[in-house]
Amino acid sequence: MAIIRDGMPPFDLFRPTSVGDALALAGRLGADAWILAGGFDSLERFKDRIKRPKAVIDLGAIDELRGVRREGSDLVIGAMTTLTEVSRHPDIRERFGLLSEAAAAVASPQIRNQGTLGGNIAQDTRCWYYRSGWTCYRAGGGTCFAGESPQGQNREHAIFGAEGCVAVNPSDTAPALVALEARLLIKNPKGGREIAAEDFFVGPDQDITRLNILAPGEMLTAIRLPATWSGATFYFEKVSDRPVWDFPLVNIAAAMRLTGDRIDQSHLVLGAVAARPWRLLEVEAAVAGRDRNDVAEAASRLAPKGAVVLPQNGYKAVLAANLIKRALLGNRDA
Amino acid sequence: MAENDALFTPKLTGRDYVTPDLRAKLTGKARFAADFRAEGMLVCKLLKSPLPHARVTHLDLRAALAIPGVRAILTADELPPPADSVSDSGAVIKASPWAERALTMEPLYQGEPILAVAAIDEATANAAIEAVDIAYEALPFVIDPLDSLRPGGANARTEGNVWLPSAKPGELPQIGELKWTAAEFGAAGQNRLPLGKAADQWSYGEVEASLSQAALVLDETFVTPNVSHQALETRSALAWWENGKLHLAVGSQSTSQTVPAIAKWLNMDVNDITVISEYTGGGFGGKGTASVAAIIPALLAKKAHAPVMLRASREDEQSIGRARPSLIGRMRAGFAKDGRLLGLDMFVVMDNGPYEEQNDARTSGRITSLLYQPQAMRWRGVAVLTNTPTRGPQTAPGGLQASALLGPVLAKAARRLGLDPLAVCRINAPEGRPPVGPPKPDGSLNAATSAFVKQALDRGAATFRWQTRRSRPVPVRGSVRHGIGVATGCYVAGTVGFDGLFVITPQGRLRIHTGIGNLGTESFSDAQRVAADTLDMPWEACEIVWGNTGRHLAWSCVSGGSQTIHAMSRAALATSLDARAKLKEIAAKTLGGTPEDYVVGGQRVFRRDSGDQGLSFADAAQRAIELGGIYDGHQCPAEVNKATQAAVAALAGQGLVAVARDTFPRDGQTYSYVAAFAEVEVDIETGKYRVTDLHAEADAGIVVHPRAFAGQLAGRSMLGIGHVATQKWFYDKEHGIPMSRRFYQSRPPSILCFPEQFTWGSVGIPDPQTPIGARGIGEPPTGAACAAVLCALNDALGDDKFLRAPVMADAVLAAIEPESRQTAVGLSANV
Repeated sequence: MAIIRDGMPPFDLFRPTSVGDALALAGRLGADAWILAGGFDSLERFKDRIKRPKAVIDLGAIDELRGVRREGSDLVIGAMTTLTEVSRHPDIRERFGLLSEAAAAVASPQIRNQGTLGGNIAQDTRCWYYRSGWTCYRAGGGTCFAGESPQGQNREHAIFGAEGCVAVNPSDTAPALVALEARLLIKNPKGGREIAAEDFFVGPDQDITRLNILAPGEMLTAIRLPATWSGATFYFEKVSDRPVWDFPLVNIAAAMRLTGDRIDQSHLVLGAVAARPWRLLEVEAAVAGRDRNDVAEAASRLAPKGAVVLPQNGYKAVLAANLIKRALLGNRDA
Repeated sequence: MAENDALFTPKLTGRDYVTPDLRAKLTGKARFAADFRAEGMLVCKLLKSPLPHARVTHLDLRAALAIPGVRAILTADELPPPADSVSDSGAVIKASPWAERALTMEPLYQGEPILAVAAIDEATANAAIEAVDIAYEALPFVIDPLDSLRPGGANARTEGNVWLPSAKPGELPQIGELKWTAAEFGAAGQNRLPLGKAADQWSYGEVEASLSQAALVLDETFVTPNVSHQALETRSALAWWENGKLHLAVGSQSTSQTVPAIAKWLNMDVNDITVISEYTGGGFGGKGTASVAAIIPALLAKKAHAPVMLRASREDEQSIGRARPSLIGRMRAGFAKDGRLLGLDMFVVMDNGPYEEQNDARTSGRITSLLYQPQAMRWRGVAVLTNTPTRGPQTAPGGLQASALLGPVLAKAARRLGLDPLAVCRINAPEGRPPVGPPKPDGSLNAATSAFVKQALDRGAATFRWQTRRSRPVPVRGSVRHGIGVATGCYVAGTVGFDGLFVITPQGRLRIHTGIGNLGTESFSDAQRVAADTLDMPWEACEIVWGNTGRHLAWSCVSGGSQTIHAMSRAALATSLDARAKLKEIAAKTLGGTPEDYVVGGQRVFRRDSGDQGLSFADAAQRAIELGGIYDGHQCPAEVNKATQAAVAALAGQGLVAVARDTFPRDGQTYSYVAAFAEVEVDIETGKYRVTDLHAEADAGIVVHPRAFAGQLAGRSMLGIGHVATQKWFYDKEHGIPMSRRFYQSRPPSILCFPEQFTWGSVGIPDPQTPIGARGIGEPPTGAACAAVLCALNDALGDDKFLRAPVMADAVLAAIEPESRQTAVGLSANV
């Protein structure tokens, strides 16, 4: 069969107005259905004819999936809330500025106006081999063209946790949600569950064909931000090739509880270095109880520990080290 | 009442105004090619090669043709043979047997079109493509030019791997084989361009002697990027046939010049072709006249007996949309103590792609000789064929590369010699009527019409506060480093010899029929301000007819290479002078006396000694119709192009028809120049940097339309910054497949990447070799800005940090922390 890309195949479009209807549709249509949020990840895959659902369930008409509400001391964000809304919402800005900053760093203003928080964290990898339809491990094939091919192009690929596949999770908001210990509300036709953001993401060691645990017919409906890190000291920084409209080369989301300059507790999470947000547990342990000015250099040296760099992405290890230092010191121009 | 008997008195020229296309663009009423519709229109999709070099060994279309709604499939064997063409001067240009032919059974790059399907809708066309039963024999391929020059390296084409110059004058260049020796590669090392045999070369002066006498000799190698065109409007065309004549609505930079280009591709008579191109969503050299995207729907429409629309996808655009070729340059440059460039030995290897030889390599030598005025210079080059998409002109083709290759060399020389980089730019800047290489057969050099680059550097430096920035304490803020850079850019900026045509109607209005393309630069309208000024007409009384050769347009220049404002302001002036002469003659015939007794002004022609005696333009137009002959277009001067003659014949009798060819003298080659100044902030911990300030100072003669002029300076500077900062190809060389195919992967700069502070200025000295004094400005900002930012990065981080552009975050980090550097990359542009 000859190959053609960038030509949208036909599909049946459903626009339910309630979560119940959407789940019922998902249950009825089964594996033939694709659940669509903002569309920036999905539509390109359709156009490239690599994903060919017979039916698309567009969540854009479901009001209950939009907006930010308070539940006790928690904030609950509908999965279809746009990234612009997330970046500007006063409660999020005041209590969880880390997420505001991360959302504001996604892509471009136009994309943030249409792209959603749920879509941003559930998006697939942007590995250019995988996205181009190469038959790699992630696509069900037998090799990793970026990591195993002698001349593979891997400047944007993983330095941590690569088991066969070296694709990375490209989300800017995902590391922030992991750092904030967010809880994700997932529903399916049989019910629902709430899981920790950290458990939502999947590395190739668990399942090489996907980046998260969402099964066909399942829907991410909301993101709960518990009060745990409300008002903490935050740091987010994204390094990308273009100042706007780009995915991260590496990003960092840090949440810290400080007493003066002493780090009582921290969550330090790197993005775009692995298939899932990469929490630096050893660094978190090493800095606990220490003065951040004293420990920043040591943390910087510790951050890339375990990194396995590819011929073209050694700079990511340098970035990991530098970004940890900047996060701990809270200074972009350290 | 205004008296306007001088050759040209600028009133409108030099002022901002509302262009005639603005309202339609702002309201969405402007129709680009993809907006056209026709009854029974089919859509076209392309089957493109999945392999970088292959031969189609099996092709069965039955299943595809059996899909309901599929109307026709076009294959390579249905294309007309390549045809000779005739230049504007009448010279026959022989068809090249190696030329690109729109469809092929031996694709030479991944993404090259093999066949095209016409169907009732896109989904059906896509399904048909997928139903084509096709098999390939993979052939050897090569992605990087140096890999092809190595002993035993693959050839991109079965006939060879390089373009060789024609054996005799008038003959076509040839494809042949050229390999360098292992010893030549070994002598150069990994990061220097080997100096093997060149395919072409020229020189003037004693280069080696100059180098031996120099106080400083630098030996620098640098790689410029392959950069695809990224116009927002992808290539699109709607074709339909009526009574054996082709009508084509197409996104093209040019209008009248697109007709003969299509005729050449299709082996047709120009009189059987109508081109409609009212609005074009960006060209930058990529949509000069006609190419693959226009030809395929034309042929499919003929075969299917129905209109056919090809609307290129972004994926298609990466394949057939043309790209700037990378140059690998090695420059041995000898400087005197005062920074004067005494001798330059320049060798460039061009990544040519698989088809026609590109001019970038040769032009880089020519522009270098002009822009830096080396006292002795040798240029050598070779255009190496690669299995990568077809190249084509892109803003300042060869000029951008010249600035990117040489600008940082001058700045480095300044640092080594303890001089101000601005002073080194200045001392080497062209001035007066500077010489331009390559040498003519008698050994002498051509001359440019003028150059006021030193003035541009002086004015730019003052606005940018160069000395203040240079002398201030180096700002130190954590991991942020600052750098400033200055560089110059230059490119061809004008041609001569084209036609103008307008009608003064019996309503007293000026209706201008122009064949200039509307590609967003506004030159299609700006050039006509000269006509209005020459006739002392208010702009509100002028109407421009453009964008449809069926509406009888004058023969205009190709709207590329930023030649239009120069070429067509001359044509507008010539035509206006023709109108003035005719108005005076009509007045004399009507009111008595001689034409010399009359002057033109205030929409009238009247007696010099008695303003009351005269004719309004409306009356004169009516009289022109009564007089007939040359006055109303029933007779046409023989020296204008045949296309213009046909237009005049169609307009005859509608009023006073003014028509003329530009025959104003010009002595020398026309170039424009820009001096660019940049400041960057580099964060050495993240590799991120930003251009905080950019100033572009132009030397492009007088400014006809300041707002458009500023837009060109800003936009083309951004294109240059894209070449420094983000735009490039990434290739999987093992498979010969491009990895960066979408906007988010090829990363053109957006409006939000703009420097925090952008300023511009213009020396504004008229070019002495053109009566209006205006030259084009679209090309030189690109190279100047690119080189200025490169120089600023080197100033911030030190010399010898970067081997190639663009300089992305990983390259900056590698410069700071060499242990993270990529391994075994060599001189590839595509990593």
